[in-house]
Amino acid sequence: MADEYLLTLSNICKQFPGVRALDNVQLKVRKGTVHGLMGENGAGKSTLMKCLIGIYTPDSGTIIFKDEKISVPNTHYALSKGISMIHQELNPIPQMSIAENIFLGRETRTWYGLVDMKKLNQRTKELLDRLNIKLDPNTRMAELSIANTQLIEIAKAVSYDSDLIVMDEPTSAITEAEVRTLFKIIRSLKEQGRSIIYITHKMDEVFAITDEITVFRDGMYISTDPTNTLTRNLLIQKMVGRELTEMFHKEPAKIGETVLEVRGLTGRKFKNVSFEVKRGEIFGVAGLMGAGRTELLEAVFGVTRLDSGEVFIDGKKHDIRSPADAIRLGLALLTEDRKLTGLFINAMVRDNMAIANMKSYLRGIFVDFRKITTDCEKMIDQLRIKTPSLKQIIKFLSGGNQQKVLISRWLLTEPGILILDEPTRGIDVGAKAEVHRLMTELTRQGKTIIMISSELPEILGMSDRIMVMHEGDKIGELSRAEATQEKILRLATGMSLAAV
Amino acid sequence: MDRGTVENTKASKTSRHSSREFISNLLRKYGIFFIFLGMLIIASLLSPAFLTKINLINIVRQISIIGLIALGVTGVIVTGGIDLSSGSVLGLACVVAAAFSQMPTGSRVLYPAIAGNPVYVSIIAGCLVGMLAGSINGFLVAKTKIPPFIATLGMFSAARGAAMLFTAGRPISNLRDDYNFIGQGDIYGLPIPILILVIMAVVTHILYSRTKFGKYIYAIGGNEQAAYVSGINVTRYKSLIYVYAGFLAALGGIVVSSRIGSGQPGLGVGYEFDAITAAVIGGASLSAGGIGTIPGTIVGALIIGVLNNTLDLTNVSAYWQQIIKGAIIVGAVILDQQKHRGAK
Repeated sequence: MADEYLLTLSNICKQFPGVRALDNVQLKVRKGTVHGLMGENGAGKSTLMKCLIGIYTPDSGTIIFKDEKISVPNTHYALSKGISMIHQELNPIPQMSIAENIFLGRETRTWYGLVDMKKLNQRTKELLDRLNIKLDPNTRMAELSIANTQLIEIAKAVSYDSDLIVMDEPTSAITEAEVRTLFKIIRSLKEQGRSIIYITHKMDEVFAITDEITVFRDGMYISTDPTNTLTRNLLIQKMVGRELTEMFHKEPAKIGETVLEVRGLTGRKFKNVSFEVKRGEIFGVAGLMGAGRTELLEAVFGVTRLDSGEVFIDGKKHDIRSPADAIRLGLALLTEDRKLTGLFINAMVRDNMAIANMKSYLRGIFVDFRKITTDCEKMIDQLRIKTPSLKQIIKFLSGGNQQKVLISRWLLTEPGILILDEPTRGIDVGAKAEVHRLMTELTRQGKTIIMISSELPEILGMSDRIMVMHEGDKIGELSRAEATQEKILRLATGMSLAAV
Repeated sequence: MDRGTVENTKASKTSRHSSREFISNLLRKYGIFFIFLGMLIIASLLSPAFLTKINLINIVRQISIIGLIALGVTGVIVTGGIDLSSGSVLGLACVVAAAFSQMPTGSRVLYPAIAGNPVYVSIIAGCLVGMLAGSINGFLVAKTKIPPFIATLGMFSAARGAAMLFTAGRPISNLRDDYNFIGQGDIYGLPIPILILVIMAVVTHILYSRTKFGKYIYAIGGNEQAAYVSGINVTRYKSLIYVYAGFLAALGGIVVSSRIGSGQPGLGVGYEFDAITAAVIGGASLSAGGIGTIPGTIVGALIIGVLNNTLDLTNVSAYWQQIIKGAIIVGAVILDQQKHRGAK
């Protein structure tokens, strides 16, 4: 029986600083099948695939592919062995043609050493015809829609003639009709005896196309079952089935009047979203990656412009054109990606903390460093930030302490409403608990918190009310009492609540 | 390793470790100052003429113009940009300033209507021209968001052309004495150009390190998106630094033209590269942004000055000097990158 497995991953572990991304996981893929890989955000699906194709090196574990134990040092090796992957992020070279993109690095040459464009276009044409993609090989990638770009990415993965193709959220950018095309391609690949690992959040797709489903949760292997033995509810239970083991420091605060209300907000990645939040409340915003949560709240904060919609603060309508406007109105935004949009990585702790509040530290035209130091020291005490000194360069601090510095930055501006986007991502358990305790304390001081989080236990544990988003729409709102992991996940994956 | 990082390093630190760490820290932070010190020692061993008061003053006077430009260029580099136009802006500003200070009685007065003004009028006019050029750079970079390299490359060409146009390609000579005094005079034996450099270096150092403006340009260079989210008006501060750089280039133009007693449209060719070299040797990072200091840049300029001077004194040809300077700027950037790679 063993030889029917094309790929066997066993005991794979991968540790990142502060997080155990993969803890002894396994995955067995049969020859000529489509294998669904499911799990919440951060369950470890993408990490495992990156280990498989050589982007990461696993800390331990074995990979057996076509009955041979292999270790994969880089993606090139994976391709040569017959493993290719469609990545979640698309990375075409926009100035080159479809043919050039697909055969990048594998160009056919003429006898005198130049690239044989005629042959290249011909091979591409054959490939596209076979996949029923109606595009001219000569078209530049820049001219393609995102959906077509994704189709080309799929064609490229197929063109390697791999025995195993990993598809990580291949339908995130394409429409219904193209999904059907994709499924047709997948079925014909299956008939040729090739295997596919299919990662998706979309329930409809996973039940439509897969033969078996493996579920991961929190970096651990949960189960593998034939798809026809599963139901949606069963699958969701497996995905979230953990006990609420983490303790959340949540004490009810006095909930007051409405401080922020938005009506009909529409922007690039969200449409017609309305909600209101009250003083002393923690308002959770749940949803899958790409649901538009970050984009929505960044637009409220003035980072990007709204296409339409109104924002009211304390009952008064405001036009927030930039973060500077938002800060003046008492808003604060802890951004999702600490490194990308939060930290000044080469600057000291003090400057990182004081930058958003610089206007209050001016004496004449000079910066009053004594006042900054006093304030920063207060924050260091209050949030128990571990740093040798205020002048330490922030990149030498741990993730949890960096996060606390960023929270301090916003507390110094004395905001009334804090928007916290993934406030505990990538920090360790201890620091996490402290951030949660701080959130509770802030609400008791009469501040309001809007928290985006992809961790369901955190959303459930901390929020007074929860808004769930799905593909840019507000799809539901749950009170603390009625919210469960299952309900949130059903909403977040676009299913109705009726069947619960 | 998350929580324990700080405590662990503290606990495992033996005294020998810490002294080694101390030295490596010292070298990383003040390395360029030690290199400068070493150069001074070598230079004085190579040539007895080096360590004389006249020679030393001469070195500083020679770098005063590059130094002035480099003060502004440092700020531009700190925001993550670059200014290729400073040499040309210097040329344009100096002919405008000189036109205001030309003796109205001479034979070839270029613009009689504005000639013969007292020196402060020339200074104001020259600096305004520099700031205008800088504000165009700033607008292009911050508002239209084209790469600073391209924006200032455009100004590099346009400002030089404007200078040529303004003077019909001829020098503006026969300037008033009060104008020439800037470049040629001294106070208690200290040449005025050096005095101007020292004053502007101190002012710029304070501006960059102790004002809101300074904090903001470092923040923008360090992480533009984070700066924006922190409520900083990125567009405003990014343009302002180019205006300031234009002002300093103009000041450099006034110094150099008054030193030779003539405003020439061809002055300052290639100075932008010397200024960038000084800033980069002094630790400003072309790759990282948010990094660079005025003391570093001044030492960088001094290193160039001492190097040129030593090579002069030891009769190395000017051609070799150019090759050596080229090697030094590349070497400085390699060192800089390794420094940052090590810390990431």
